[in-house]
Amino acid sequence: MALIKVRNLEKSFGKLDVLRGIDLDVDEGEKLVIIGPSGSGKSTLLRCLNLLEEPTGGSIEFAGVMLTDRETNLPQIREEIGMVFQSFNLFPHKNVTENISMAPLIVKNYDRSKAQDIALGLLKKVGLSDKADNYPAELSGGQQQRVAIARALAMQPRVMLFDEPTSALDPEMVGEVLEVMKELAEEGMTMAVVTHEMKFAQEIGDRLIFMDEGLIVEEGTPQQIFTEPSNARTRSFLTRVMQ
Amino acid sequence: MDLIIKSMPFLLTGAAQTLKITLIAVTLGCILGLFGGMGRLSKNRFIRGLATCYVDFVRGTPLLVQLFIIYYGMPQVIQGVKGILEVSFALGPFSSTSHIPPFVAAVTACSLNSGAYVSEIFRSGIQSIEKGQREAALSLGMTSKQAMRHIILPQAVRRIIPPLGNEFIAMLKDTSLLICIGYAELTRQGQLIISSTFRPFEIWFAVALLYLIMTLTISRLVDVTERRLGVNGTHQS
Repeated sequence: MALIKVRNLEKSFGKLDVLRGIDLDVDEGEKLVIIGPSGSGKSTLLRCLNLLEEPTGGSIEFAGVMLTDRETNLPQIREEIGMVFQSFNLFPHKNVTENISMAPLIVKNYDRSKAQDIALGLLKKVGLSDKADNYPAELSGGQQQRVAIARALAMQPRVMLFDEPTSALDPEMVGEVLEVMKELAEEGMTMAVVTHEMKFAQEIGDRLIFMDEGLIVEEGTPQQIFTEPSNARTRSFLTRVMQ
Repeated sequence: MDLIIKSMPFLLTGAAQTLKITLIAVTLGCILGLFGGMGRLSKNRFIRGLATCYVDFVRGTPLLVQLFIIYYGMPQVIQGVKGILEVSFALGPFSSTSHIPPFVAAVTACSLNSGAYVSEIFRSGIQSIEKGQREAALSLGMTSKQAMRHIILPQAVRRIIPPLGNEFIAMLKDTSLLICIGYAELTRQGQLIISSTFRPFEIWFAVALLYLIMTLTISRLVDVTERRLGVNGTHQS
C-alpha cells in the first residue's frame, strides 16, 4: 500500500509552471531518490509533500488522508512527515537539546523529562551527545544538519523528506550526514531524498526518479538509470554530473 | 548655579512626570505595537487594512496635533454623544463637563503614537526572521500561532531591542510637547520657573541637562539588555 499518493500535481509561481502534472507513489519503507538539474522542480515537489508549498492543482494523499483538502488538519499530518532542509534551519535561540525537544513539548504535550529523554537518545544516535548544551552557531554545518535530522526524528515521523541535505555543506562534512541517513535507511524509515550525491543515491535508493522541467522524465532502480538511461535528457544530465 | 540648585527639586518633579508618562506610553505602545505589527502582516485583509490605517495616520501626522485632537477635540465628541443619549434615549443626566484630565489625554496620545511606531518595529523584526525558521516549525507540526509564539517572536524581540530603545528615547523627548496642554512635565516646570525668575539661559540649560541624563541612562540600559540577551552574541547564527 502506498503511503504517499501524488496525482497530477501542479504548482506554478505566477506565470512560471514549476510542476506540470506529477504522478508518484511512495510505499511504506521505500527509499525514493529524486534527481534532476536545478530548476527542474524537485525541491518544489518535495515541499509540496508536506504542503509547505500549496499545490495549484492535483492531489496528494498521505496515509489515506487527502492533504490537498481544505479541511485537513495540516499540523497534525505534518507531525508524521519529518523534513530536513538544505539550510538546516535550526532554532538559533535554543540550544541543541531544546531544538530537538521543543516540538514534542509543544506539539505532543510531552512532559519535560520525557522530551528531554527523547532528545538525548537521538543525540546519541547522531553521535552528538557531547553537544547537548551547545547553541547551533557553535556547531559545524555537518553537526547542525545531524541535529536537524534528530529534531525531525523526535516527532517519530512515518516518512522523512530530505531537501538537498548536503548541498550547503563543506565537502569534508558530507560524509557524516550521509552516514546518519544511511543508518536511518537501514532501520527501514520511509525516505524521499532530493540530492546531488549520485553515489549515495545508488547506495540507498530503492527507486530513483529523474525530473526535468516540472515532469518526471524517467524512473527506475538506480542500477537501471545509472547504467542504461533510456531518455536523452537523463543521459546528458548524468554525463554532466558523473564526470 | 545657586539658582539651578534651588530650582532642582521643582525640575525633578517634572522629570519624574516625564519619565512616568514615557514609561506608561512605551509599555502600552509595545502591547499595541505587538498587535499592530502582527496585524500589518495578517492574512486577513480587514485586519491588515485597519492596522495600516492606524500606523499611517499616526506616523503621518504630528504628535502635537494628535494631542490636541484628544485633549480639545474629544470633549466635544463626548458632549455630543451625551446629548444624543439624553435626548433620544432618555438616559442620564450626565455631568455637565466633558473635560479630559491632562494626564489621561497625555497617556492616551503618547501611547497611541508610540504604538504606531512600535508596530513598524515589530513588523520589520518579524519579517527579518528567515523564512526557513517558520518552515522548520511548521514541518514539525506546529501551528502558525505556535511557530509565531515559540520560534519567530522570541528571535524578533532580540532583534528589535535597539530600535525599541530608540523609540523610548524619542518618546521621552517628545513628551516635552505636553507643555501645550499644561501638563506638569519637565519642560513645563522649566517654563514656570523662568516666568518667575526671568533667567532663561540657566534654567533651559538645566532642563536640557536633565533630559540628557535620562536619555543617556536609557541608551546605556538598552546596551546592557542587548548584551545580556546575546543579540550579537553566540546564540545568533
